[in-house]
Formats: sequence, C-alpha cells, structure tokens
Amino acid sequence: MDLANFLIQLLNSVQYGLLLFLLAAGLTLIFGIMGVVNLAHGSFYMIGAYLAYAFTGVWNSLLWALVVGTLISIVLGWVLEKLLFRHFYQRPHLDQVLLTFGLIYIFEEMRSMIWGDDVHSVAAPEALNWSITLTDTLSYPAYRLFMLAICAMLALGLWLLISKTKLGMKIRAGAFNIDMAQALGINIVRLHTLVFAMGVALAALGGMLVAPLSSVYPYMGSQVLIMCFVVVVIGGIGSVRGALTAALLVGLVDTFGKVLLPQFASMLVYMLMALVLLFKPEGLFKQ
Amino acid sequence: MNTPQTHLASLPISVKLILVLGLSGLLAFPFVGQDFYIQMVTRMMIMSIFAMSLDLLQGITGLVSLGHAAYFGLAGYVLAFMSPADSGASWLTTLPLAVLASGFAALVIGFFVVRTGGIYFIMVTMAFAQMIYYLFFDNKFLGGSDGLYINVRPAVLGLDLENKLVLYYLTLICLFLTFFFLRRLIWSPFGRTLNGIRLNEHRTQALGYNSFHYKLTAFTLAGALAGLAGYLWAAQSGYVNPELMGFHMSAHAIMMVILGGMGNVAGALIGAFGFELFMHLFKELPQIGEFDLGKHWQLWMGSLIVLVVIVAPQGLMGMLRPRHHNE
Repeated sequence: MDLANFLIQLLNSVQYGLLLFLLAAGLTLIFGIMGVVNLAHGSFYMIGAYLAYAFTGVWNSLLWALVVGTLISIVLGWVLEKLLFRHFYQRPHLDQVLLTFGLIYIFEEMRSMIWGDDVHSVAAPEALNWSITLTDTLSYPAYRLFMLAICAMLALGLWLLISKTKLGMKIRAGAFNIDMAQALGINIVRLHTLVFAMGVALAALGGMLVAPLSSVYPYMGSQVLIMCFVVVVIGGIGSVRGALTAALLVGLVDTFGKVLLPQFASMLVYMLMALVLLFKPEGLFKQ
Repeated sequence: MNTPQTHLASLPISVKLILVLGLSGLLAFPFVGQDFYIQMVTRMMIMSIFAMSLDLLQGITGLVSLGHAAYFGLAGYVLAFMSPADSGASWLTTLPLAVLASGFAALVIGFFVVRTGGIYFIMVTMAFAQMIYYLFFDNKFLGGSDGLYINVRPAVLGLDLENKLVLYYLTLICLFLTFFFLRRLIWSPFGRTLNGIRLNEHRTQALGYNSFHYKLTAFTLAGALAGLAGYLWAAQSGYVNPELMGFHMSAHAIMMVILGGMGNVAGALIGAFGFELFMHLFKELPQIGEFDLGKHWQLWMGSLIVLVVIVAPQGLMGMLRPRHHNE
C-alpha cells in the first residue's frame, strides 16, 4: 500500500467512523438516559436515506432534502417517543427488544409500500459531483470530503452541545443519575423526548448523507444497526466521548480490514469488541 | 427490572390437557394430513425445540440472548459439511457431532458473554452471532452468501430422513425428549439455582454458588439444544445459508418464547406453534383489490409483536393465571 492509497483509506475510515458516530451518539444517549434498547434505530437511518431519495427526486436539491428530511425525522422521533417509547422506559429490556423488533418490520413494510423493494441511487449535488485527482490512477470524490466535513461539524456541534451548554449539562446529569437530576428540578420527561427526537434526527441525517454514496436499498438499516451496537458496547453505554472514540476505532479497523484481510474484515470489528470486553467489560469510557 | 414471568412450576391441569391432546394430535397427524402439512408441522416442531432451548436462557436463567440462532445454524452447517455429495451421511454420527459443535461454540462464546448482564448481554450475544454470520457469509469455502446444499439427507439402519415420515417422527421424538429434559431440569438443583440467579444473582452468589459456572453451563446446554433443532432444520430443508444464523431468526425465537409465556418450557413449545401458524396465516392472506395483504406479512407480524408486547407481555400462558397472582 503506497502513501496515496493509505491516505485515501484513512480518509474513508474517518468518514465511516464519523458516520457511525452520528448514529451511535443517539443510540448511546437513548440507552444511557432512558435505558431503552432500540433495535429500530437502524430503521431511522433507512428512513432518512429514503427521504433523501424522495426529496431529491422532487426538488433536485440534496440541501433541501437534508433540511426537510431532518425536520420530518425530528417530528417522527417526537411522536414515537410520546406515543410509544415513553411507556417502555420502565419495562424489561426484553419487552423493549421485542417492541423495537416489531417496529423494524412495520417500518420496512411501510418503506416497501411507499417506495417499493428496488435499489435506488441518489445523485450527489452538481456542485460536489467532481473528484480531486491525486495520482494518475487515484482520485477522491468531492462528495466524500463534503460528507466528512459535515459529519465532523455535526460531531463537533454535538460535543459542544453536550459539554458546553446548559442543556448538555442536563443531558449528562440525566445519563449519570436520573433520580438526582429529577430531584434537582430538571424536567426529565421533556428531556427524554428531546434526546429521543435528537437521536432519531441524527440517525436519519446519517442516512440522508450516505444516500448519494451507497445508494438506497431495503434493509440497509440492519447492518448499520449492529455496527452501532458494537460502537456503543466498545465506547461504554451512555458515553458520547466513548461513542466517538469507538466509532473512529471501528471505522479504522473495518476500512483497513477490508483492504488488508478481505476474507475476515467483517469479523475483525467483532473481535475488537470481544477484546475490549475481555479487559474492560463495561466499555472504554464507562462513566 | 425483573422480567414478568409465567413460572408455572407445576403446570395447571388445563395446560397438561392441552399438551396431551396436542401430543396425541402430533402422533396421529401423518395418518390424516397431506404431505405439505406434514412438512409444515415438522417445521413447527423443529422451531419448538429451538424456542424451548432459548427458554432455558431467557425464561429460566433470565438471560436475553439475541444471538441464539448462531448455534442453530452452526449445527446445520456441520451436517452440510459432513454430507457426502452423492450419498447420505449417517445421522447416528452427524447428529451428535453437530450438537456437540454447537454446544462447543456456545461454551467458547459463553465464556465471554456470561460475564456481562442486562443490555450488554443482549448486545454482545447479538454481536457474536453476527461474527459467525459474517464468517460464513464472506468465505466461499464455508458456502458464502449462497449457503450449502445437502444433496442426500442423512440415513442410518434403514431409517432414511429422505422419507418425510421418518423425519417427522424423529423430530417428534426429539421434541418430546427436549421437553421432558427441560421440565425435569427446572426442578433439579441445577435448575433451581438458575432460577435463583434470575431472581437475584447476588444473593445466589452469597449462598456460595458460582453463578458464572451455572450461567456458562446453561448457555452451553441451550446452544447444544439449539443445535439439535438446527440439525433437523438442515435435514428437512436440504440446504443451509447464513440467514439461519441471522438476527431475524434469533428475534423470532425470542418472540416464540414470549408469545407462549416464558420460564416453563411448555409456553415456548406452544408459542413456537402459535408463531409459525400466525406467520403462515399472514403470508396466505388474500389480495384485496390492488392491495396484496399476504405480500405485506411483515406489517401484520410486526403489528402482532408490538401488540403482544403492549397487551400480553406474559404470553398465552400468562392469561391462564388469575390476575392477582401476577407479579
């Protein structure tokens, strides 16, 4: 592997890692604060991607699709939390697993009714539809760089939100000790709705951003969901910092694994997880 | 967060009656049923064995595994590897080997996963199952994404599993043995200790039980029994593919146990039949105008699952108990 190739893979792995972070951040917060195992988190990613497909078809603009899609997913998260998830915070994990598994079926079938079962591609915006030439044979698509930048900005924004704002302080308090947070006058019910809607929106946004790269296809949420679980387990449940570290680590292992050890690439990540569990059973950054 | 249980330590007379009637029905079924339905019932019995094996973890020990299908599929693959291309393997040797292989995989993976609990256990079992799934999915010599065919089904001493009736009755015997084994196990000192771990692991440890050993044994045993089901599945269908180890298979098994009511084995048995029946019914729904109800079976299945979780988290067996006895 020469230097140019190595750099490309490095960029790819960071980009994949940041995408995973967008998804895992919501998942780990929902785990950490509400104690909910949400298998349907991958469905939100899938829904985001299909929204991007639908809206770019209407307006021919990814930017508008991103804005409107994000708003829709916030509303979706808000409604789902109020109607359904709220009633499952105190229920056993088993019930949560089943509820959200049932939701996967429902979401997938609705997707099939609305958009069918075909694979669709989403055009990258005109302005980003070019590549940076590195060597005679190697080039890097501008959209990937754009996505990298957006994901990095979102990650930075999320970090600022969690660690520097009052809302972030409340979220951290909720993840650390929910009873104490409530006793100190934090409206935990509203916080739950907010965190859930934010998690859904981040997952959907991840799906929308990835749509021009990977195309849009049925069950695209399942594989990503399981990757996010791995990220959450490695990072430690409820830790956003852990999720970021773990997501980047998983991105590196997966991307370079696919280049160096294609036969076992998909397994490497799980082996990494097994190793972490062996030495740190509660994840790298358990609070 | 204790999971609602339907621990019917001794089964009520109504359930016993249903079981006896059901068993007689199963014994007699091949004499009246058509070939298609005999195969369908065989499939249901296989899934029942799988669901009962999961109940040992989920209902009895209180460990929710979202990766139980890995051990189910693994045994199927063992049969596929050991089957010669042009003749049937002997099930007298391949069946125990397949069950041992699944049990061994569960022992190795269990060594890592039973250290964790709660949410971690759910996610870690799922992740390990995915690891095995991808091992088979990505490697051509393990069959790859297409899976492997078993050209000739196993046979021994004239008992040829190519014969649908032989397979049917072999499955029925396995179902019978698994059921009684697990019912006995609930009452054994081992089973009582598992029950103690589910109710309060710290207290059980304080009583001097090494809960790690008990949980690992339960995990291994459950894996081996799932292997028994997986072997029969492969013998019936004649092929194996990675989907057998997939996430959906694992989740279906959980649903079967919940549907019947967990922790008493009989519930898992009944739940598996119920689940498969629902699945069959949903797929057979008619077309109304432009709208094909059967094609969208996942919508009905998903709604059923959500409904059961909201309305009857204790399953069918839970409805048998008077309200005031509920936890």
